Amino acid sequence: MPVPYYVSPEQLMKDKADYARKGIGRGKSVVVMEYTDGILFLAENTSATLHKISEIYDRIAFAGVGKFNEYEQLRIGGIRLSDLKGYSYSRHDVTAKALANAYSQTLGNIFTSEVKPYECEILVAAVGGDTGQNEIFYILYDGSVTDRERWVAMGGQAEAIEAHLKENYPANYPSEMPDLPGALDLAMAALRSAGERDLTADSVEAAVLDRTRGRRKFRRVTEEELRAPS
Amino acid sequence: MKEPHLSDLMRVPVNGPGSSFSDLLRSHAPEALPRVNESGNLQVPEGTTVLAIRYDEGVIVAGDRRATEGFQIAHRSIEKVFAADDHSAVAIAGAAGPAVEMVRLFQTELEHYEKVEGERLTLEGKANKLSQMIRANLPAAMQGLVVVPVFAGYDLAQERGRIFKYDVTGGRYEEDDYHATGSGGKDARGSLKKRFRENLSRGDAVRYAIEALFDAADEDVGTGGPDLMRGLFPNVVAISTSGTTEVPEGEIRSIFEDLIADRSEPAHETHNVDVRRPGEEG
Repeated sequence: MPVPYYVSPEQLMKDKADYARKGIGRGKSVVVMEYTDGILFLAENTSATLHKISEIYDRIAFAGVGKFNEYEQLRIGGIRLSDLKGYSYSRHDVTAKALANAYSQTLGNIFTSEVKPYECEILVAAVGGDTGQNEIFYILYDGSVTDRERWVAMGGQAEAIEAHLKENYPANYPSEMPDLPGALDLAMAALRSAGERDLTADSVEAAVLDRTRGRRKFRRVTEEELRAPS
Repeated sequence: MKEPHLSDLMRVPVNGPGSSFSDLLRSHAPEALPRVNESGNLQVPEGTTVLAIRYDEGVIVAGDRRATEGFQIAHRSIEKVFAADDHSAVAIAGAAGPAVEMVRLFQTELEHYEKVEGERLTLEGKANKLSQMIRANLPAAMQGLVVVPVFAGYDLAQERGRIFKYDVTGGRYEEDDYHATGSGGKDARGSLKKRFRENLSRGDAVRYAIEALFDAADEDVGTGGPDLMRGLFPNVVAISTSGTTEVPEGEIRSIFEDLIADRSEPAHETHNVDVRRPGEEG
């Protein structure tokens, strides 16, 4: 009987993490940013139909980077979980925290027990009554979750985007924040700074969670708005 | 409800629930699906008169505010007209409990589809979905819990308002101009029939809708008229290309006031039934 090779758990996890990171690194980037009236999502995406950003529930939205079929599965699962919960209990019982937790558990399980980890990172955000009540959860391929504010850069060029935002996002958050046109400009500039210099309105996908809207806070930003000089 | 695990919901098998929320409930939370197990006839609150009428920019949907339980008034201020989504509305008549639950499921269904698929169902698709849900209610209908909604909406492809009526078996029939259902439905239809013409303005269509409910309330014990004492008026919703908007209560109130002023007349002498009345002795 052939004896299986021994691989130390450290090595195994490191290999999986490297594999996942490599996959994510090849993908395009997404910027998520808090602005005065809510949360902006901007993704580099040449497709008008294969979305990286999506509505999950009334106040909750989703962004994914990496392998499309994998974050799409997570997205649909999240919509199903939220709609089931909201229908069985009440719409107010659907929270970003519970959803982020479910994503974290699931990605964590897949990372440790499946042969191939998911090559994607996702973000769950909920807009609150004011900036202090916004919730942004950034979930990595291995299920680790961080609670973020101001902005998040994810995907292939995350580091370069992060550097740009660190320098240009208003320092005295939350008393000073960009408005929507300002946030769009800043996010576009950040994506451009990461190498995509000729990024135009039709090669990005943008959406907002806007707290001034009715029940459903999610809205896609139109190309006209993206083109408008601020 | 035993809460399903996210990993069970993530799988997208060919024979899975796809983008249908009802199918998702059936496979993961069947106890949350509306159904009736009891046998025998139940007496439950019933919604009474609802209607829809087309106008030049879309369609008006309206309903009175009364629910009855036998000869009792169960609710004076129930709402029977619900926005299904941005461009359609459902008005319910019949057993209020199952009807409201059906609307809640229908609303979730439409929004669920839109979120999963990234696009909306066509008006035709929505009408057919509602038809399936009414069909699923047939066992309950056999026990007296009949739900017969009117579905109306703005068809973005055909650029006009459309009205669908249903029977208990889920049969779906499109009406060209107007429809009314519920206990006062026949009276309301009679009223609408006399008033309807092509390309009504929004103001006229709202007025005729209210007049039809008023006529129904005048003839049918189940239908509630305007309740000036409590300030309760019918729900009226206008659906056009710009979306589904509630007609403001002030507008409805002033239409009612005009209508009442128009129709008021001095009290008649009591009709003589050829029986002597007090003071007529001898």
